Parts: sequence; structure tokens; C-alpha cells
Amino acid sequence: MSQTLTGRRDEAKTSFGELEAKRRGPARNLLARIPIWVLIGLLLVIEVYPLLWLLLSSFKTTGEFSTGVFWSLPAGLNWQNYVLAWTSGMSTYFLNSILAVFPSLFLVLLLSLAASFGLEVMKWRGNNIVLLAFLAGIMIPAQLVLLPLFTIYFQAGLINTRWALIITYTAFTLPLSVFLMAGFFKGVPRGVIEAAVLDGANMYQVFFRVALPMVANGLVTIALVNFFFLWNDLLFSLTFISDDSLRTIQTGLLNFTGQYGQVDWGPTFAAASLAVFPTLIVYLILNQQVIKGLTAGSVKG
Amino acid sequence: METMLRDRRAVLVFVGPALLVYSLIVLVPIVWSLGYTLFEGNVIGGFQFVGLHNYAFLFSDKSFWQAFLFTVKYAVVVTIGQVGIGLLLALLYAFYLKKSSPLIRTLAFFPVVLPTVAVSQLFKKIFEIVPQYGLVNSLLHLVHLDAWIQPWLGQGGSAFWAIVIMDIWRSMGFYGVLLFAGLVDIPSDILESARVDGASGWRLVRYVVLPLLTPILFSSFIFSINGTLKVFDSILALTNGGPGQVTTPLTLDMFNTAFANGQYGYGSTIATALAIMSLFVTLLIFRSARSDVA
Repeated sequence: MSQTLTGRRDEAKTSFGELEAKRRGPARNLLARIPIWVLIGLLLVIEVYPLLWLLLSSFKTTGEFSTGVFWSLPAGLNWQNYVLAWTSGMSTYFLNSILAVFPSLFLVLLLSLAASFGLEVMKWRGNNIVLLAFLAGIMIPAQLVLLPLFTIYFQAGLINTRWALIITYTAFTLPLSVFLMAGFFKGVPRGVIEAAVLDGANMYQVFFRVALPMVANGLVTIALVNFFFLWNDLLFSLTFISDDSLRTIQTGLLNFTGQYGQVDWGPTFAAASLAVFPTLIVYLILNQQVIKGLTAGSVKG
Repeated sequence: METMLRDRRAVLVFVGPALLVYSLIVLVPIVWSLGYTLFEGNVIGGFQFVGLHNYAFLFSDKSFWQAFLFTVKYAVVVTIGQVGIGLLLALLYAFYLKKSSPLIRTLAFFPVVLPTVAVSQLFKKIFEIVPQYGLVNSLLHLVHLDAWIQPWLGQGGSAFWAIVIMDIWRSMGFYGVLLFAGLVDIPSDILESARVDGASGWRLVRYVVLPLLTPILFSSFIFSINGTLKVFDSILALTNGGPGQVTTPLTLDMFNTAFANGQYGYGSTIATALAIMSLFVTLLIFRSARSDVA
């Protein structure tokens, strides 16, 4: 698909992996590799089978669940489960997630881009302290600010509105975004920016015309990392939203399975498959950037 | 030129908005939350000053200590599992897989990005006993171990392990990639000279690879502990802290105290205790990041 995580390193020098591959490759006989194949097969079964089973089960009818064995294939593509899941809530939850996540993404990209430019490129006293203040936010458990935020939103009449989510999402993704973005700006050669300044560009022109294009890739990475954090948010949505028509995908699914989970497996599996679908699509297209971004954001825990 | 890079107005325009949002929504509420620990009550019923009573109560509160012990046990077990299996995966990717390595890495990483509620729903079914046997019980039935069939999520002991299994399943691919990145950075000539000296297989891993991997292994442990101390989503969706309170972590205990019982002050106190635990780990992270990763 695209470049592997370590692709660039591999070109630079003989990597550990390549060396191993060469050494083991043709010289080893097939028999010696069998345990490895078994191991890989086992790994694939463990990682992939549950998801495959989720998908297959989403097409089963209620009758098939009660009579068939656990791992039997569905008799046919019973789309009815999806229709039921989609019409009894999932469509609303999807829309709500989109309307909360994407405005937040836009805001956090804009704010963190500007802030990290100001913190990393511009020279002023106290920039390190402000950067450190942002970094501290990476480790703060969300539970610590949940109650004051609830109070603020309650007084402001923002409980059960998308604003509560958008504001919280933006603020909570800022620390990691600033941290990652500042790292990208560190990689921009100082000479380029100084040359632009000498040519008579003001700071805003430098920001938009010089610095921004140079960190565009970083922007994609940060957007992806934040997309997964926000799309999969449960805590904030659970706290600030109780109106079913405003629930996002995670709280919606929780609610949906609460209603259907025990009695009707088919729609439950269909709903879960629907929830997985957008992340699967993004992952299929951009997996290497996702992996790179999420491992870079591992400090978030 | 220097004057432009020092332009105070431009700095304010660039940093101001982000700092304002961050201060209002994150920094101020942190202080506010610490203030709450001195009060009793909630936003609807009003607050009453109680001094340090909440802290005193914390030390005698059985459900807090139960949640504390659960959280620590969970964090330690899952961290060892995540990083340990991640290490095995990384070794597999680096030593044994050739062309298929990127594909396997990509597949094994995928569960990391899945919505936790969907994953929990999946595992609920895997461990289910009524109305139908889930995957585990069906397999036991298949191999005639019917005596072992049980309500895995309905008993404290097995529910703990079900949560552990699910969370390791979700995250092992992540740590596999993280540690793999550390493995491929090991210079190949070091490995070659170790081989010339007769080291191979387990001995090579134990005496050459692991020592060189120590910095990133250490960071992984700390990232993992820091994340697992804050576990919330997966447990809420899989067991909701049950049966009873047995699988309730601190985050969920705080959530229930504040929102189900309406005790904001005491809820904040639990959150503060959690934050102090995280802070302790965070200090370790920055100490290790400074010397090893950066």
C-alpha cells in the first residue's frame, strides 16, 4: 500500500529484519519453518477471527442463533439486521459523531498548528513554560476535570448539546496535537523561515506560505490520531449527553445493545459492525500513517 | 529579522486562542476539581464545605480500596501482557517474517483503532453462557469439557481475566509495532559479531537484543501503565464493574460516585487520587523520555 513504518530506515542501512530474512531465507529447509507458520496462523486466527465472526454473525437470523452452532456460517445475507440497526438509532448516532468529531478536528488542527508555530518558531520568554503546560495536559486523567466541566456546561445550558462535546474534544486533543506539531516544526530548517523573513514576509505570511506547507504531512498524522481518539470517545459523550437523539456512536452502541443485546443478537452484531466500519475504511486506506501517528502519540497512554 | 520573530502581537495571535481554550477547559477545571474535594454535594443540590473530610473518608472507604487494588492489579497484569506479547510479536516480525511482515503488522495493529464498545460487545458474546453459549463455552462443549462451562463474566475471578484478555487482544499489535521500531534500529553489525561469537536463538535475544532494547521496553512499560491506570471504556462496556463491584476500576468508581450518587466532592477526591498515581508514572515517563527516547 504505502510506505512501511520502517521503510526509510531500511534504505539507509541494512536493517535487522532484512538481514534476518536473508540469513534464514533460502538456506533453511521447509520443515524448520513449520512452527513459524503455525505461530503466524495462530496469530492471525486470534487477531482476525473474532472480527470475521462479528461480521458473519451480523447476517444471521434470530433462528440461526438459537439452533446453529457458534461458528456456523450464516445461511444467507440477512440484511434485515442492518436495516433494523440503522433505522433504530445507528444512523442518528453516526450523524452525531460526525457532527461532533469533524468540527473538533478542524478546530484542534487550526489551534494546535498556530500555537506550536508560535511556541516553536517564534522567540519569546516563557515559551518553554507554556509548552510544558500543554504537555502536562497529556497525562491528566479526564476524570479530574469531568465534574467542573459538567458544572460549567450545566450552568451555561450546554448539557445535551453538541457544543459540550466540540469544546471538550478540542481542548482535550490540544496537548497531544501541540506536542506532535511542535515536533514537526522542529524539523523545519530555521534558514528557510529566516530567508522568508529577510525577503520581507510578515509572520502571518511566513506561517501560511512557508511553514504550513512544510508540516502538511504532520497535519494528516495529527488529524488521524485525533480522529480515532474522538470517534472512540465514550467518557465525555456519556457524561454530557443523555438525550438519545444526540448520542454519539459509542454511547449509542452501548444504549442500543442495552435494548437489543439480550434478546436480539443479529441487530446487535449489525450495529457493532456498523460502528467498526468507518474505522476500518480509514485504516484500509491510511494504515501506515495511522500506525505511525498512533505510535508517535503513545505518550497519551 | 530578530524583531519579527519576537513580535509579541504575533505570538499572542498564534498561541493565545489555543492557550485560552486549554486554560478554560483543562487547567482551570483541574484547580476547580481540587477545590471540590473540600466540599460535599453536587451542582443540582448545592455544596457544603466539609474541610478534609473527603480525604479522611477515602482512607476508610472499602469500595475505594477495592477499586484501587483492582486498578493496580489490572494495570500490572495488562502491562506485562501487552508489552510481553508485543515483544514476542516484534521478535517474530523482525526475525522470522520476510515479505509478509508489513501485512501481518498491519493486521495485528487493527484492533487498536476499533471502537471499544463494539469490541466489548464482541467479547461479551465470546464469553456468554445464556441465552446461548458463546465461543469459549461452545469450544468447551465441543471437546467434552462441559464441567468447565461457566458464566465467565458473572464471576469476579474469571471476569477479571476476561477483561485482561480483551484489552491485551486490543493492544498487543500496538506494542508489537512500537517494539519492532526499536528492534530494527539495532545496528546489524552488533548482531553479526554476536553471531560470530556463537550467540544464537534465545541466547542472542537474552544477552544481545534485550539489553539493547531496554530503553524502548522501559518506555513501553511506562506508557502502558499510564494508560491502563485510566482504564474506563472497555470495562464499562464489558462488565460495567460487575459482578457487584468486583471489576470496578478507580475511574468507574469515581464516575459512579459522582453521577449515580451525586457526590461531586468525594468523586473529585477519587479523581485526585487517580491523578496523583498518574502523575507519579508521568514523572517516570519524562525522566525516561529525556534520556532514552528523545
